[in-house]
Amino acid sequence: MATARSIRDAAATALRTLTFDQRMAAGLFALMALPPLLSSVLGGSYLILVGERVMIFAIAALSLELLVGVSGLVSFGHAAFLGVGAYGAGIVASHGLGTLAIALPAALGAAALFALTTGAIAVRTRGVYFIMITLAFGQMAFFVATSLAPYGGDDGLTWPTRTLVLGTRILKSETAFFYTALALLIGTYVLVDRLIGSRFGRVLRGLTDNEMRMQAMGFTPYPYRLAAYVIAGTLCGLAGFLLGNQAEFVSPAYMHWQRSGELIIMVLLGGTGTLYGPILGTLSFLMLEETLSRLTEHWKVILGPLLVLVVLFAKGGIAGAIRAWQGGSMTPAQLIALQALVARQGMHAAAHLWCRSRMELRQRSGTLAASSQRVAGEVAARWKTYKVVGGRLVVRVLAGMALAVDRWRRR
Amino acid sequence: MSRPILQLKQLSKSFGALKVTDGTDLDILAGETHAIIGPNGAGKTSLINQISGALAPDAGHIIFDDRDVTHLPMPARAHLGLARSFQITHVLPRFTALENVALAVQARSGSSFRFWRPAAQEEMLNGPSLEALGAVGLADRKDTSAGALSHGEKRRLELAIALAQAPKLLLLDEPMAGAGAEETRRLVEMLKSLKPRFTMVLVEHDMQAVFALADRISVLVEGRIIATGSPQAVRQDAAVRAAYLGEAT
Repeated sequence: MATARSIRDAAATALRTLTFDQRMAAGLFALMALPPLLSSVLGGSYLILVGERVMIFAIAALSLELLVGVSGLVSFGHAAFLGVGAYGAGIVASHGLGTLAIALPAALGAAALFALTTGAIAVRTRGVYFIMITLAFGQMAFFVATSLAPYGGDDGLTWPTRTLVLGTRILKSETAFFYTALALLIGTYVLVDRLIGSRFGRVLRGLTDNEMRMQAMGFTPYPYRLAAYVIAGTLCGLAGFLLGNQAEFVSPAYMHWQRSGELIIMVLLGGTGTLYGPILGTLSFLMLEETLSRLTEHWKVILGPLLVLVVLFAKGGIAGAIRAWQGGSMTPAQLIALQALVARQGMHAAAHLWCRSRMELRQRSGTLAASSQRVAGEVAARWKTYKVVGGRLVVRVLAGMALAVDRWRRR
Repeated sequence: MSRPILQLKQLSKSFGALKVTDGTDLDILAGETHAIIGPNGAGKTSLINQISGALAPDAGHIIFDDRDVTHLPMPARAHLGLARSFQITHVLPRFTALENVALAVQARSGSSFRFWRPAAQEEMLNGPSLEALGAVGLADRKDTSAGALSHGEKRRLELAIALAQAPKLLLLDEPMAGAGAEETRRLVEMLKSLKPRFTMVLVEHDMQAVFALADRISVLVEGRIIATGSPQAVRQDAAVRAAYLGEAT
């Protein structure tokens, strides 16, 4: 009994020391850890692959938030670092040096160097000029990649294999790769979170708030902004390294300005000024993409106005809406209820993704026209079951937990 | 009281045909509180901006602490010990009052290229910051975000930021601007208590405040200094009475 109490107290203390942002992020990480567990029950790897994409782009979105939200620098060429990281690792791999000890430093080093050289010029500008110059550098990287004839040019570069870790092919295991990506996402979150609260982060935020005041205090903006640009670029290079690894492939399309635009959307949709926001934004954006693209091939016609509505009516994105709703602080019960809503949404998406992967699997394995109707019917039935039973179950369990936590807090 | 900490030599600045600073010579002595007064548009803020480095002069020299700082940017001058407050409030609205001041302390103590340790827990930042906030009577507002402070409190926060820079020279550009009668009285008392510890250049419209605080006064009219001297001497100066005080009273 005494041990239970002490464990309970320790958990309560741990929960209280976390900021709201950290608690929300922890909830998202817990949610993101689920796909391999679900897959092992349900079969099929589609869910895992989608989960990996979400985590990889969440790293990229976090690195972009360091520029957009923290430093006030809206980069429209951030996807270039995805490509530079992936090409850095891919090129050394194509020369037979695809081990972690070489490929990862190559990816991060290439991204850091690219950030340092382009940032040295870009960071001297502000506002719309910064947007244009980063866009220009991003497109430059894109066109350089298309002309890299020895490394695939337009067609892209196929990696010999995923990066070897200590000579083993452990990353070939989808589960291992999945949790590696999750660990790196959590690591990136912790790093950026610490950075924002550090002396360096204070200077960056101060410069965003009032540059004149900061200069009068004695801060020269340039070196701090350049350092932030290099850190953000390097972190995005890490995301590129993972993206290349996942596909065992890299193409110039990684760097296209459209991709940069999507990264900005992920950050704004989730809510800049927070760190869980960009992660949530990435999750929402990629899930919307998956869901809508299943409805119609013209899914961007739906996504576009949706984003306009978010920008118009939910200032600060999803995180801003949450903040407005709960007015600055939230009881654990509300928090869990909110996460239940998110989880329920995720459950829906997961259920249909799973159904889709089953359908693809059967079609591929030769169960064709004759049975496809039966499969479709089965899928529809399952989808409905998941939607209703799964959704209700998740909400009930989490609501129950919320009530329990609330009662426990009141004691 | 004798050594000049700041010397302006034939300083000139024009915006097009308008001469805002017209061959100005001025010595600020270490330890004094020197007020610069003059009618609207006389070029007082432009002068402060040139001294602090926000504005580059067309000609002339600025000697601060025996060093020619004419071409140094504002952050470098801040490091040499020049602190300023702004006529229009410049605080960091999304930082708390304490964090505003802590950044000023951070600027002069240790590297700011530290990426891991939470700055909020650094006693070497928080200690001096609390002290500066206490000096302006804002200690109990330390955790309020600067954007939520009242106008008068923001003015005092500006002062606390400047104090935390441990400056050799404090440039105060209309610290009483927009403050009510009660707040003005409070600010005057505050500045009086700071007088022994700091050299101050005070630009101010409130004549009561100026005559209560200044050791010497310079009168600026159309970019030129027409008189410098003790408050008593300036009050009786014929040219000043004609150009400025005569209009005001």
